[in-house]
Amino acid sequence: MTPQLEILLIASVVAVACSIVGTFLVLRRVSLMSDAVSHSILLGIVLAFFVVKKLSSPFLILGAAAIGVVTVVLTELLIRTKKIKEDASIGLVFPLLFSIGIILITQFAENVHIDLDAVLLGELAFAPFHRFVIGGVDVGPHALWVMGIILLVNLVFLLLFYKELKLATFDAGLAVALGFSPTIIHYSLMTLVSITAVGAFDAVGSILVVALMITPPATAYLLTHKLNRMLLLGALTGVLSAVLGYGLAHLFDASIAGAMALVTGILFLLALLLSPSRGLVAQAVQHRTKKIRFACEMLVVHLLDHEGKPEEAVESRIDNCMHHMGWTERFTKKTVRESVSKAWITERKARLSLTSLGRETAKHVMIRT
Amino acid sequence: MLDYTLLLVLSGCLVLGAVAGTLGSFAVLRKQSLLGDAISHAALPGVAIAFLLTFSKHPAVLLLGALATGWVGTLFILLITRTTRIKHDTAMGIVLSVFFGLGLFLLTLIQRLPTASKAGLDKFLFGNASTLLRQDLQVMLALGGLTLLFVLLFWKEFKLLAFDPDFLHSLGRNTLTLDVFLTTLLVVAIVIGLQAVGVVLMSALVIAPAVAARQWTDHLGRMVALAAFFGGLGGVLGAVASSSLTNLPTGPAIVVIISLMFLASLLFSPHRGLAKDWIRQRKHRKEIHANQVLVALFMLSKSHGSRYYRHSLTSLQAVTPGSAEAGLEALKKRGLVSGSASGWKLTPKGAQEAEQAAKHIYGEAP
Repeated sequence: MTPQLEILLIASVVAVACSIVGTFLVLRRVSLMSDAVSHSILLGIVLAFFVVKKLSSPFLILGAAAIGVVTVVLTELLIRTKKIKEDASIGLVFPLLFSIGIILITQFAENVHIDLDAVLLGELAFAPFHRFVIGGVDVGPHALWVMGIILLVNLVFLLLFYKELKLATFDAGLAVALGFSPTIIHYSLMTLVSITAVGAFDAVGSILVVALMITPPATAYLLTHKLNRMLLLGALTGVLSAVLGYGLAHLFDASIAGAMALVTGILFLLALLLSPSRGLVAQAVQHRTKKIRFACEMLVVHLLDHEGKPEEAVESRIDNCMHHMGWTERFTKKTVRESVSKAWITERKARLSLTSLGRETAKHVMIRT
Repeated sequence: MLDYTLLLVLSGCLVLGAVAGTLGSFAVLRKQSLLGDAISHAALPGVAIAFLLTFSKHPAVLLLGALATGWVGTLFILLITRTTRIKHDTAMGIVLSVFFGLGLFLLTLIQRLPTASKAGLDKFLFGNASTLLRQDLQVMLALGGLTLLFVLLFWKEFKLLAFDPDFLHSLGRNTLTLDVFLTTLLVVAIVIGLQAVGVVLMSALVIAPAVAARQWTDHLGRMVALAAFFGGLGGVLGAVASSSLTNLPTGPAIVVIISLMFLASLLFSPHRGLAKDWIRQRKHRKEIHANQVLVALFMLSKSHGSRYYRHSLTSLQAVTPGSAEAGLEALKKRGLVSGSASGWKLTPKGAQEAEQAAKHIYGEAP
């Protein structure tokens, strides 16, 4: 495998692992816990490093993930004092833990081989240099193995507890009534978030972890309202972001993690604008269609109202309709054109008259209202 | 003797802490604490874009860029939450990570540029107060002063916006405009601190002083003043710590110090402190326990035919929860029981109180 392919593979595995847990963060409205956890695990990594002295040890991942869970516990302890609101509690805990982590790194820099820049940016470009060797045989990049195992853990958890997760996410009250503890599910999820964040941290840095956990699931959320499709679309969007982001970074010789985060955002923006059912463009088109249809309906009702009466000669004139309805000239022209093309009215010498279809429509509209 | 550079750094940190504390108070009260986190991250690409457009590193230029993208970021959050079913937290997460990603992307682009004078932009990540220059301080003072002035001018409006926006609306004021205005001031407050504290940790400087101040008072004016004081003090102490220890970045130092202030306030403030709650709870528990002992003694005496019957400690212990002796000693101090090792009995005053308490518990005395 070429290094490029290995980088893409690692990034894709990270993307899928992140979007699985991220989907539930987004749906449970605790997205920013990913931000909190992905920062505070830095302290966990440093502390665990002091103990095991090896950055690649699996104990380091578990130790660091424990700090992620501690972040969640501390945040909830603060909330439970009832002196501090939820959002402020999140914002108090993780900056402190992150700061302590940074201070430890800078004060014991000789002992800890963690580069401060790498904390945020990640070193995806160097990931292929770090090989995993068993009995003298090179079996691939270390990060790929670590993230592969974490992805597997996430997948197994998702498949085993799919129903429970779904229930606890969408109807916590029913989950309690049926005997599932939302607390256990919440903490299991947070543990997975922490483990995933630690594994990904080494490869891609803390900010890309947040971007990959939140943005692709949010993009998928714009496109579907079914949980299984959201999970699938989220994973696909994540992988697509990884691949396109790598291409972008390669093209400009810039930060890979930064480019990938950027692409997750671009894809989100595209979905926001172009989602077929709820996109902003679709919404605007729908709004326009409805507006013009309503205007056409009002026009035929107006014509029917005065049909066969003495004032018809005046009331059926286009300029009169325009003043009557308070429309602009442009909008009036459009409405008339639209009504003619619907065969509701005919136009002759700036006068409008109903067709039989138009008469039917007007009566129908009046019954409806 | 303070040297010139240190004085510069200290004043810079004082200003940024005070301004962040002031605007942070409103953010915390309006439950927008984490908005600061999103804004500060969203400001990073602005710094890079401003540099790419002008190739100038003048703080006014860079901070203007930061201001612009920080503001665009908040508008995006508003757009996403208003037009889709995506919730506030997710919208902030998206803006935070994507804008920051763009910032990193652009910063690495700048590093590859052949032009000189590109170094120093990465101090916006974790902050470095020791590189503050005279012109930095001038910009910080100007922006900070302007922000504080606006807060004073619109004090009544912002107060209503924080506590009762519906009432403000009913007075005929445009709440959306005021909301955007106050948020803009928050963006300015955050941008001021970016050089010294960095985008990653600036949010803590918005939240912690305000939450700490909140523990000491229920009065908005005092809270804002106190938050500004905490923020300024934290800024100065953090700057001193970071300049006296080698390699200690300013941002994390300030965050740790302000977090300690917050913890101390949470525990020990006489107003809402947890310690005070604990002490009061302990006192109540003791009082309730003593009353239980009193009633038990009364009921036991009555069953023996006289309300002043003397009981041994052992028999009293059998009918009371917890330590009977501790309860009896407390009652003795209040003059409700008399006795010693030989036995305990009610005083007339004690009997009266016990009867009332028993009535309260059992209804009409049995």
